[in-house]
Amino acid sequence: MSLVRLSKVTKTFGTVVVLQEVDLSIEAGEVVVLVGPSGSGKSTLLRCINALEPINGGDLVVDNISVRAGRSQIRAIRQEAGMVFQQFNLFPQMTALENVAFGPRHVRGCSKVDAIAQAQALLEKVGLADRGHHFPSELSGGQQQRVAIARALAVKPKLMLFDEPTSALDPELRHEVLRVMQSLAEEGMTMIVVTHEMAFARQVGTRMIFMEDGKISVDGNPTSLLGNPENQRLREFLQHVH
Amino acid sequence: MVRRRTAELITRVRLAGIAGAPDTITWMATMEFDWSVIVDATPALLGGARLTILITLVGLVGGLAVGFVAGLMRAYGGRFLSAFAFTYIELIRGTPIVVQVMFIYFALPVLADIRVNPMTAAMTAIVVNAGAYIAEIVRGSFLSVHKGLKEAGLALGLPMWKVLLYIIGPVAFRRMIPPLGNQFIVSLKDTSLFIVIGVGELTRQGQEIMAANFRAVEIWTAVAILYLLMTGTLTLILRITEKRMRML
Repeated sequence: MSLVRLSKVTKTFGTVVVLQEVDLSIEAGEVVVLVGPSGSGKSTLLRCINALEPINGGDLVVDNISVRAGRSQIRAIRQEAGMVFQQFNLFPQMTALENVAFGPRHVRGCSKVDAIAQAQALLEKVGLADRGHHFPSELSGGQQQRVAIARALAVKPKLMLFDEPTSALDPELRHEVLRVMQSLAEEGMTMIVVTHEMAFARQVGTRMIFMEDGKISVDGNPTSLLGNPENQRLREFLQHVH
Repeated sequence: MVRRRTAELITRVRLAGIAGAPDTITWMATMEFDWSVIVDATPALLGGARLTILITLVGLVGGLAVGFVAGLMRAYGGRFLSAFAFTYIELIRGTPIVVQVMFIYFALPVLADIRVNPMTAAMTAIVVNAGAYIAEIVRGSFLSVHKGLKEAGLALGLPMWKVLLYIIGPVAFRRMIPPLGNQFIVSLKDTSLFIVIGVGELTRQGQEIMAANFRAVEIWTAVAILYLLMTGTLTLILRITEKRMRML
């Protein structure tokens, strides 16, 4: 049983069709790298998976729950699909530790002590054990994004969605975030990553999907796709990215 | 009586202009600030100020509650709730508060057989009036919070009410403080309009004393200073609240 299954998913914003009858299955343990030119629908696809955007047609099932089910079912999906945003979106009134402890406390119903202990362990995992008492505004972009990853992990999701997690970062800060993501992949986390980091795709990805105009046009192994892209559009795209 | 004094004053000022120093001195003498007038008026004025504070406090607490509900209905309610809140806000913002309190005090008994004493009418008017303005402040502040925060909260699997309460609310609240301060001060001063239904608040007390002793300068100076003390205190409280919170 696939962890994520899209069947003929269509998404429109007004008259603009962003996703056109997309079919896709993702198994547990896969690290899927989603690439494509801007406006191709990759971010929207990601946001449809945890129901931040409602779909207009077809069906999308995550962990056996359809995004078309009711509100409480949608919340269940979101608890299984952690999300990391381009702009981090940390809660500014909370310290790093409180940010990470918030999910377990309010979503999983953990006790305060447990939630804080868990949060501390997660901050350690992303290399920020000594930054727990700092507010987001006191952290660098790379640190903020690592806190955001810890925050998403704290709810113990089965799947992690990354929406251009390094695009808002300076080049020298990107590697610290990518390293955390790599170790997560090595632990066997299922991940869907929208990114322009082709080195990451090659090293960490188990599957690469190239989207254009709201459709999946190439789906395959990252090493072979990046080494010898047969699709003309993908070849052009890769030339621009590198 | 008042008219005669005014005429007299005008004549003196005119004479002073033509004849020079001696007359000016006589004119100044009649304007001498009599502190004993203020001392005598103080108990009554303080009593009035107490009522002003009471109406304002009840009005602001109630207004905040009404404002939060109406503002959130406007921002996040469905079409029906939003339209309901919108109608309330427009009705109140579109009519003067004097008309509103007159309506509550004089028209409601006729219309619906609801009889209220002046104090209740005054408090209700402030609650209803401040509530409408605060609703817009609340709506604006909540909607000004970056939508990424809402998405981050929802993406964790939180229900919307928890996102509003724990994530957006605290950020929005900090942005509300300056415009709320404005509204608090406006509401406090608006209580002076309840003179029209005979509530014995500060302005009414001043008016009554003035009608008896004609010491306009002393009385209105004292009344103005009392208002300044009250609004100043409000400003100070808001300033401290703002300082103690990290702006986000």
